[in-house]
Amino acid sequence: MPPTDEILVHARGLTKRFDAFTAVNAVDFDVRTAEAFGFLGPNGAGKTSTMRMIACSSPVTEGELTVIGMDPRTQAPQIKARLGVVPQTDNLDAELSVEENLLMYARYFDLPMSVARPRAAELLEFMQLTERASDQVEPLSGGMKRRLTIARALINEPELIILDEPTTGLDPQARHLLWERLYRLKQRGATLIITTHYMDEAEQLCDRLVVMDKAEIVAAGTPRELIERYATKEVLELRVPDAVRAGLDGRLDGLADRIEELPDRFLLYADDGEHALEGVHGREIPIESALVRRATLEDVFLRLTGRSLVE
Amino acid sequence: MAVVAGSRPTTSPVPNALAGARRVLQRNLLVYRRTWRGSLFGSFLTPLLYLTAMGIGLGQLMASGGTTLLGGVEYLDFLGPGILASSCMQTASFESTYPIMGKISWRKNYEAILATPMEVHHLLIGELGWIGFRLTTMATVFLFVLTLFGIPRSPLALLAIPAAVVTGLAFAAPIIAFSATRHNDSGFAALFRFVINPLFLFSGTFFPVSQLPDAVEWVAAATPLYHGVALVRGAVLDAMPATWPLHALYLVVFLGVTGVIANRLLRRRLVK
Repeated sequence: MPPTDEILVHARGLTKRFDAFTAVNAVDFDVRTAEAFGFLGPNGAGKTSTMRMIACSSPVTEGELTVIGMDPRTQAPQIKARLGVVPQTDNLDAELSVEENLLMYARYFDLPMSVARPRAAELLEFMQLTERASDQVEPLSGGMKRRLTIARALINEPELIILDEPTTGLDPQARHLLWERLYRLKQRGATLIITTHYMDEAEQLCDRLVVMDKAEIVAAGTPRELIERYATKEVLELRVPDAVRAGLDGRLDGLADRIEELPDRFLLYADDGEHALEGVHGREIPIESALVRRATLEDVFLRLTGRSLVE
Repeated sequence: MAVVAGSRPTTSPVPNALAGARRVLQRNLLVYRRTWRGSLFGSFLTPLLYLTAMGIGLGQLMASGGTTLLGGVEYLDFLGPGILASSCMQTASFESTYPIMGKISWRKNYEAILATPMEVHHLLIGELGWIGFRLTTMATVFLFVLTLFGIPRSPLALLAIPAAVVTGLAFAAPIIAFSATRHNDSGFAALFRFVINPLFLFSGTFFPVSQLPDAVEWVAAATPLYHGVALVRGAVLDAMPATWPLHALYLVVFLGVTGVIANRLLRRRLVK
């Protein structure tokens, strides 16, 4: 199902403060029905706080927020009945079996057992967990726990699924399996809101996304739009010998739209990377290695949020 | 032109407090299915050990000194109902510390549940209901053991079960409130050492509180165990004190007030 014009989550001036600390500062965004919407940003940018407000787990400090046409301030339980929430760290019930986790969660949504049982069986199948149905949760691998957490979030057949870093800490196989399952959910018409700091994940999954930094939204658009706006089509990665580097002194100027100097290499942002490389050769600058690649969301992300480590 | 969603009816009705609480109870029972044998055996063993060691062993030593201070009953009869009330206090206290802390911060069960239409007060009422269930089974087994020793005087003894359960709950509510403010379990050892154990010793379980200096007697009378012991002993020995409505009122009001506080502190902890 392609995204529609219907707005499922609407935020204007949305703000979250914890005492003096502002976690989310007056952000505006709209999530449309049946799209996958991403929140990108370094740690502490305010992504999780925003998600928690949408999930009605955290009261809105200020601003306007509508979720599925309802107000989280007054209709939180009604909204939650139609949401699926996958938190950043798994909070499965370690004292119950895999299947019991789903059945009990169905009870919290007031689903009768006659509905919960077939749905749980179907979800275990969908998430490739059927063989572990009667096992305890603790011995499961990280990927399996994550899949179970997502299966649990689907037990009430939610219209809106909120996933906070769904694949952090998983191996590549587990990530690809999850991406494929999330894509299938989207095809069935579910709306997904995803936070991540994996840019490939955002490019794979998100129709539209916003980049958050220091409690604010610094950019918004489709992955393609963001790359066009904040990067170039291609990037030339250049390594030069240290001796040359010291005496380079502006000799790369004019070869690309933008040049970024990193401790170990130069990044030349240009629409035609090969052409830029020819320019480097033309100026007879000795190089160690050169690589032309397509610009990615990661280039956008690093440009917008900086390269310094956030901890 | 964008359309705002929301015209569809809610798929799940929002639970009322009792329906929500019942689900928390159901979850705990699901876990209990795996452990009930051990827990029930414990409920049987505790009174057996106390009554044999202290009631019979110590009681015979004391018999020579007369029983006037105990109200004319044998020490075994005096001790049995006291141990029943204080065992409920201890079980309720334990259930309100580590397991609650685990669900708040270690395993984050509550976080998971609160992502559904369930609300904080459903959790609290459900947990109190669960502790009430545990105490009911425990008090029933206990009363059965007291019967084996021939302690209960009349069917009035059955009233000892609800009295003991309410006594336990009057500890559960404030201790859940305490647990909701803790970020690690270091406070719990102190709670048991400085509150629960002294109450166990000085609230009339082992000897009449009237034996204590007046000041200590007043402190004892301010805590729920003192009132619980009075009610449970009155029921088991068919000798309800004339003040029983005051004891009952005290326990119910104490439970209600601390329950409201627990709800407030749990909400402050879980909804940020």
